[in-house]
Order: sequence, then structure tokens, then C-alpha cells
Amino acid sequence: MKLMRTLVLGLLMLLVSTQVPAQLTIQITGGAEGALPIALVPFRVENGVPAPPEEMITIIRDDLYRTGLLQPLPRKDLIAHPATLEEVNFQNWRVLGVDNLVVGALASDPDSGYHGYQVSFELLDVYKANRLTGKRYRVRPDALRTLGHTISDIIFQSLFGRPGGFNTQIAYVEIERNADQPVHKLIVADADGHNPQVILTSKAPIMSPAWSPDRQRIGYVSFENGRSEVYVQEVASGKRRTVASFNGINSAPAWSPQGNRLALTLSKDGNPEIYILDLASESLRQITHNSSIDTEPVWTPNGQQIIFTSDRGGSPQIYRLPSAGGKAERLTFEGSYNARPTLSPDGRLLALVHREDGKFKIAVLDLQTRLTRVLTDGPLDESPSFAPNGATLLYSSVLGGKSELATVSIYGRAHERLGVFNNAVQEPTWSPL
Amino acid sequence: MCRLKFQMAAPFLVLLLILSGCATTDNEQAIGGPPMSERGGASATDGSGIATRGAQGAQPFKGTELQDPASPLAKRVIYFDFDSNVVKSEYMPILKAHGEYLSTHPENQVTIEGHTDERGSREYNLALGERRAKAVQRILELNGAAKEQISTVSYGEEKPLDPGHTEAALTKNRRALIVYRQ
Repeated sequence: MKLMRTLVLGLLMLLVSTQVPAQLTIQITGGAEGALPIALVPFRVENGVPAPPEEMITIIRDDLYRTGLLQPLPRKDLIAHPATLEEVNFQNWRVLGVDNLVVGALASDPDSGYHGYQVSFELLDVYKANRLTGKRYRVRPDALRTLGHTISDIIFQSLFGRPGGFNTQIAYVEIERNADQPVHKLIVADADGHNPQVILTSKAPIMSPAWSPDRQRIGYVSFENGRSEVYVQEVASGKRRTVASFNGINSAPAWSPQGNRLALTLSKDGNPEIYILDLASESLRQITHNSSIDTEPVWTPNGQQIIFTSDRGGSPQIYRLPSAGGKAERLTFEGSYNARPTLSPDGRLLALVHREDGKFKIAVLDLQTRLTRVLTDGPLDESPSFAPNGATLLYSSVLGGKSELATVSIYGRAHERLGVFNNAVQEPTWSPL
Repeated sequence: MCRLKFQMAAPFLVLLLILSGCATTDNEQAIGGPPMSERGGASATDGSGIATRGAQGAQPFKGTELQDPASPLAKRVIYFDFDSNVVKSEYMPILKAHGEYLSTHPENQVTIEGHTDERGSREYNLALGERRAKAVQRILELNGAAKEQISTVSYGEEKPLDPGHTEAALTKNRRALIVYRQ
């Protein structure tokens, strides 16, 4: 049902949006360890069928690789190119040590009134020599990307028993500095960086985009009136409203799990403190009371607690306190700079920006074992955001003077650039499922 | 600004005309300035082809105090160390001058902008920028400025002076700026 909805939605979206050429280059910078080996065979394009604008298997490969849970066999090692289960010699694939095999085909769709495709795929278990799942679709050429992500979702769900979330979106801030005055843009794109759409353009800085749990709205900070103010914008319509414009800082919006409240940082009474704003009643409740900096709130999945950054101990560290207010408990003890916390969808892992050897890196703290693992090398990695599947982190990075968005798996460090941009790109944030 | 530049340049222009010497007659005027004869003082010739002439002394600056490039009031930027809002002692004379100026010119108002470099988290930096602006505000108040004359705003790391990533760029970006409101 969800699949149908996603597909229909994807097709509708493609009908109303103009096709934007893919502008991102994917470059592998690291390998996964301990990931399940899988062979992804390029889908056979039947005779007389026009070649698709992009290979389906590449879209699927990138989605699956980024999770760090699957290790696709290098393309040059593919020993055969079957398109269906009947064509597969399982013994040969067992020798290669792959657990699973994905095959598929693109045929023309003679019944449709347009130049569409019939796409079929099968996910095979190499050792049991059987089919785990398989489907056939009729699709327009411009919906092939969406379909690729949908096939990735089905493969991921089938192998790991939870949603992959590959048909989700990301939001990020881009800054063009070519003009006399920098141009700041808030952009919404597909989760793999394709199909970018600008939802806000401003001469003043934009910060801290945050998706509502239903993906319908984005909260963010804009300096368009000469200082930081918090706005909430509907993604589909572009309609927006100011939700916080007090004296001082208005910043760091974070949606409650139900989407009815925002945690915010306000310094209206002189010092940055965390408040909870009820969006319907506009009532405001202060939950931190401290002369230090308290900011960057995030909610735990049950809404009972707020995790935030504070320098009350002398350096920025991560703390947790009840969302009703109360005593704060310090969570990070490694290193002298830990900030920008974000929680995995299941609430077990805390990703953060961690300084080590003078470099700012993305690290993950397991809240049960209290162990911290550093996942990236820095030097200017920031704004980690979990994929809805909980396996991948998206973050921004500066390498060689250029800013980029990158992903890293919380398992085994599968690391991939989501493109190198000419303009500064920052604060990527992954939408919920 | 143009006017200011010319006022500063005028004495040098005169001097240049004098040094370039003989082509200038007593009737000619320095462009935009008073007649040379009024400025240059006495002149004398002794018939030997040698001419002597007095030169004008250095002219006092005639703009307002805030425009005087020699005044500490012309300095409006305070630089900070990483993750610090401590105003270093070298900036105290500048802040003292601004504080005293504001106390004697209650009609003037300033905005203190707080900025940080790009390292670390953006939201934390927004708070740090506010802290820097407030540290400057406190020192201005200690030197006589009234609370009502000063407002603060933080841009965190969002408005770098230099968008580069070098150490030099970062040093320039960790700053508080005193902006006189019109």
C-alpha cells in the first residue's frame, strides 16, 4: 500500500516538476567491512528498447551501498548477466561468495500511450537457489529514479526486515558567493542529492532546517530581518509563518515526535536557553535555567526527554533532561568539544560533532554502552543527520576548500560523497519516513 | 567618504604643487582649496634666480571624531580567540574611547555584531557570537555608554568576513563589530 502510494506520488511529482539534470558525482572513498555481499546485475535492456537515461542498477547500488549493510560485488567481477531466475547458474555465484543476487530487465510497454517501460526485478537467495521477492512495473522514463529507490526499499525490507527509506528527501542550505551579496537558498532534494528544488531564496543567512515528523513542513532560522528568527514553512505550498521573533537569538528548531511542539533556543531574557513552544496555543515553556550556553535541542523518540548542547561544564558537551524540565545529566565525556547532537530513529545512538586532534569529526555515542566511535576524519565535518533507516548518516564536510555533502554508514564506515558542489552546502537534514 | 579623502589629501596636494615648483605662479590656486597666496605665507626673490617660499604646516583634521582615521574611534573590530568571548587587553583603549564617546554623545547608538569562525557547530556558534557581542557591550557600558544606546545581534558563523578556510580567514572571522546606527 505504502509502495503504491510512493509510486503514485513519485509519478505525480514528476508530472508537475521539470526534469533537472543530475548534477552530482558519486565517488567512493572507503569500503564497508562486515557487510553482506550482494551481486547487482545490470538490468537487461531488451532489443529495440531505448536505453534509459540512467542505469537502474546504479541507483539501486548507491542506495544499498550507503547503508554499509551491503557490499555490492564490483561490476568487473560479475561472471554472467542473467535477467531472470531461470537464467541463473547459482553454483557460479556461490563460488564468488555472494549471499544474494539482484537481476532484472527493461522492456518497452506497448500498451501505454507513451514511451514507457516495463521493469521487472528479482531478489534471489544464492544458497537456497530461490526467489525472495520480485515485481514488475509499468513506468514513464522520468519516473525510473523513483522506481529505482522503490526497488532498493523492497530489497532492504526483504533482507533486513525494516524500511530502507530510499524514497525520502533531504533539505540543505546552499550559498552562492559569486554575486556582490551572497545568495542563500534552502533546498529540498531526493535522498541521493538528485532533483534539487529551491524552497527559499534570501540575501540573508538561513540556518538549521528541520523536517516535521510528517514531512509536510520545515522549520528553519532566517536572518532576513537582520537577526535570527524561526519560521515554519509548508513544503508543498511554500506558505510560511514566523513562530519565534523575540529579542536576541531565536534558533535551533526541533520538532516533537507528534509534530505539535517545537523545542527552540531563545535568548530573550539575556542568555540562550531551551524553550518548548506549543504551535497551536503558542504557549512557551522554559526548560533550562543556566548562565551558560544551552542550545541544539533534540527530542527522544518518546518525547519524554530533550538532548542538547551546553557549555555549563566549561566546554561544549551533550546533556539530557526531561522535556518537562528538571535535572540535566551529562552524556559525553570524551574530548573537549561535543556538539550538534542528533538521535537515531530508534533513539539508541547519538550522532554528534566531536573534536579530536584539532579536527571536527562525526562521532556516534551508543547511549546503552556509552561507547563513542569516531566515523569520519574531519577537519570540518558537521551537522550529522540520520537516514530514516538508521544505518546511514548524512553530514557536511569541507575538503580542499570545497564543501560537500557526504554519507557514512554507522556500520563499517562505508563512506561516500553525495557530490562536490561549487557553492557552499551545509546543514543537510534527512526527512523522516 | 570622498570629501574626507580630499580633506586629507589637500595639504599633500599643495605640497606637491610647491615642490614641483616653478610652473606654479602665485595666482594659481590649488584645486578646490583657497588661493595659494593665502596659504603659502611669504615669498621672496633676491634676483639670483633663487626663490624661497614658506610652506603651510600640517592641517588639523576637520571631520567629526568618528571619521578621524587617527582616532581610536575609527577602530570598530575586536578579534577573539577560538571558542572565547574574552576581550583581549589590546582592545580596551578602543572600547574605552567608544564608551566615552557614547556617554558624551547620548544621541548616538550602536549595534554590536558578534561573529565566529566556521569551526564547531553552527547553533553553538550563534550563541557564542551573542556572548562576544555582549562582552563588548558590557565594556562599553563600563566606560560610560548607556544601556539604551547599545543593541547586540549575533550572526554566529553565518557572515564570514573571509569565506575561505585558511587560518588567516578564521582569525578574521572571529570578531565583534561596532556599527554606529544612522
